[in-house]
Amino acid sequence: MATTLDVAEDKPENQLTARDFKGLVDPDWCAGCGDFGVLNGLQRACAELGLKPHEILAVSGIGCSSNLPGYFNAFGMHTLHGRSLAYATGAKLANHELTVIVTGGDGDGYGIGGNHFTHTARRNIDLTYIVMNNQIYGLTTGQISPTSSLGMKTKSTPFGSVETPINPITSAIMNGATFVARGFSGDVRHLTELMKQAIQHKGFALVDIFSPCVTFNLDNGHSFFKERVTKLEDEGHDTSDWQSACEKAIAWGDTIYTGLFYRNDEKPDLGQREQVLEKEGPLAHRPLGLSKEQVEGIISRMI
Amino acid sequence: MASGKYDFALAIGGEAGQGVATPGDVLARIYVRRGLNLNTYNAYQSIIRGGHIFLTVRVSDQEIYTHGDKLDILLCLNQDTMNRHLGLMGPGSKVIYNGDSISPGDAADGVELCPLPVSQLTNNNRNKLLQNTLAVGAIMALQGLDFQVLEESLTLRFERRGQAVVDENVGVARAGYDYAKANFQSFADAPPVGAKPLAVWSGNEALAMGGAAAGVKFYAAYPMSPATGILHWMAQNARNLGIMVRQVEDEIAVSNMVIGAAHVGCRAMCATSGGGFALMSEAVGAASMMEIPVVYINVQRAGPSTGVPTKTEQGDLWQMLGASQGDFERFIVAPYHALDAYNSLPQLFNLTDKYQCPGLLISDLLISEGRYSFDPETLDMHPTIDRGELITEGSSPNGYKRYENTESGISPRALPGLEGYLHIAATDEHDEDSTLISDEFTNPHIRRMMVEKRARKFSHALEQIDPPKLEGPEDAEATLIGWGSTYGVIKEAIQKLAERGVKVNHLPIKWIVPFHGDAVVEVFSSSKRTIIVENNYSGQFARYLRSETGLAADGHIRKYDGEPFVPHHIVEGVLEQLAGETHLYVPYQEVVT
Repeated sequence: MATTLDVAEDKPENQLTARDFKGLVDPDWCAGCGDFGVLNGLQRACAELGLKPHEILAVSGIGCSSNLPGYFNAFGMHTLHGRSLAYATGAKLANHELTVIVTGGDGDGYGIGGNHFTHTARRNIDLTYIVMNNQIYGLTTGQISPTSSLGMKTKSTPFGSVETPINPITSAIMNGATFVARGFSGDVRHLTELMKQAIQHKGFALVDIFSPCVTFNLDNGHSFFKERVTKLEDEGHDTSDWQSACEKAIAWGDTIYTGLFYRNDEKPDLGQREQVLEKEGPLAHRPLGLSKEQVEGIISRMI
Repeated sequence: MASGKYDFALAIGGEAGQGVATPGDVLARIYVRRGLNLNTYNAYQSIIRGGHIFLTVRVSDQEIYTHGDKLDILLCLNQDTMNRHLGLMGPGSKVIYNGDSISPGDAADGVELCPLPVSQLTNNNRNKLLQNTLAVGAIMALQGLDFQVLEESLTLRFERRGQAVVDENVGVARAGYDYAKANFQSFADAPPVGAKPLAVWSGNEALAMGGAAAGVKFYAAYPMSPATGILHWMAQNARNLGIMVRQVEDEIAVSNMVIGAAHVGCRAMCATSGGGFALMSEAVGAASMMEIPVVYINVQRAGPSTGVPTKTEQGDLWQMLGASQGDFERFIVAPYHALDAYNSLPQLFNLTDKYQCPGLLISDLLISEGRYSFDPETLDMHPTIDRGELITEGSSPNGYKRYENTESGISPRALPGLEGYLHIAATDEHDEDSTLISDEFTNPHIRRMMVEKRARKFSHALEQIDPPKLEGPEDAEATLIGWGSTYGVIKEAIQKLAERGVKVNHLPIKWIVPFHGDAVVEVFSSSKRTIIVENNYSGQFARYLRSETGLAADGHIRKYDGEPFVPHHIVEGVLEQLAGETHLYVPYQEVVT
């Protein structure tokens, strides 16, 4: 260990690579699952940003994609179905020096966790939320999800879904998220860049990712997206224009846009608005118990 | 005022919006500053305007544990109060009301009716709240207190709103004071002066302060009566005390958020009532599986479902016992009163830290929303804080296993952020190194090892808490067993029974889990007659006692009308059971008709 102290920070041997973010076990996802690309992109993004595994807390809910923290070398919480954002909010506020990355699927985040998604975006807390959106419930062997297309036939909708899907991008923008992007697991290089920006962004950052389920969603497979995805960066999109962002986000035909839809760096994140976090470092590291002055202040108001 | 002790109670009735709380608060603060003990209970409705509110304020120079059985003054702010409550007033008591607008009913012999000519005394002032100040002045006069005390109190209360408001209130109070002195008969005994000024708090404030003293740095909540007072105190004190206080989208977010905060190292707490706790329940099991210490408070109200939001009950015992799926350990404590609630939290936090598990505290509306005097000098504001086997710094060992299968079952807990201690906390079953066993492969031997590891932690937990203690004479005719908030009312009922020559003792239960079953069996074996007192219909504690010890009590006193017990309810229940008339006594609630 002592020798590493002598190595200058910018030397290549001190720079971690994507391999250093490989977890204790290998993924048990189906061969061809889009989630491999997402994991790969996240590992690369963290390495390229120069982050250390112990500086990161990866929080997930339940579902195929929520197994990601087990395959990712960092601190992790593999929590309850739909509740990852609540855990991550508590963890981030308790230790705001941690880089907190939340991962999960569309059912976990937009269905059972939909209320938390709305309110976490509104709070603009400094989290990066990576959603592997496959428009299906995979772990329960194929039922519609909140992002399944109208008419989609699944085991729970044998005659076709009669419900309109949620649009995560417009929802996030309308709810107050300050970094809203969409990626495709088939373009890891692009995904890595989006994740790097999202992690660096100070505020709530959503990266919704088309991550096809090769087993249960044959309507929206790899080739479906490969033929349609168009990068906003190539279209000269203005990321400060939320109306234009919403218009592009709802496009769902021959062209489906990926890239950064909306970004607002002016709005302070929750931590910056909370006076309690202004000084003295993370709450989790502060001494417990009350000072004499604090006790006197409390009691004087009760007499 | 039996045996030369000062014991005085007044009640104020009116509708929401009439300002029932303000005269109650002014008088309460005067009494505690004088050094008198205070106990108040507010019977109210889930309504912002209208309805009926009935506040009882009892003061004494002795220790008191309930709002008592009798009233000395009834202040009617509306006709409804007169109609409903006049019948409660006995000889020697007084009824104060607006003589211009309220007509008195038929009072019992010896009740003095004290109508105040409100329009005349307030010079036809249109501010209806001034009649309250007028009445407070009259009450001070009838109690034989100096006007100056009230003048100081009103000045303190209204000075922020300017001298004109102070002058108006003091002037009206003076008019009420002088009118009562001239026209009504004062009580024979003025309130004595206690040893030193006391402070006043609600049970919810005691719970919030107990958490703060225990080192809570993260508090999350969704508003729900009757637990909201904890959120209000925390929010008010957040910046001064460095506590992160969040009101969030629902109780599900609350219960999981506190675990997130606790996982990275904060002492974290949340509170709700039964309905909110139902939403929180899944997280209780998550805290157990991930072995993260966190404290949940359930301030019970009358259920099921929305139930009676502003009424009290002890109906959630089995909800707490059974919260969340799976077979796991938790601590459950049911404090006796506000001070006990304050003291319970640091202890509960130390236990949850030591055993890395969820801790549940059961309060109820009676404890949480009542207001009580307390002596700040006797309050332990710097309780022992023991965080157990927590790794917060140090070198990076090779192969840290978060869930190491140790002899004690307790695995040293490293905080996220610490280099060399990488691990995952998972709600799936996992191996010692925190890798999942549920999806990777199925291994019954690892599963068994981890179940036993988590359970083994608690093998010595019972030694950490005091067994219940029998209070009162050993040769009693009956033993009353209660849990949580019935402590005070049983204590006072036993004093009353003793005054009648009936010897009864008391076995109060505070710790539900773990449970000192052997100690209870020992008490039962030497009791002539056992009677369980609880604030529910089905006898939830009686059922729990049976499940833990096989013991069945001889009799029961139960109440489930939304109002708390007062001492005479229990006195009558005991007398009927000693006379062999019944095994189940349900008192008739006469205070609110």
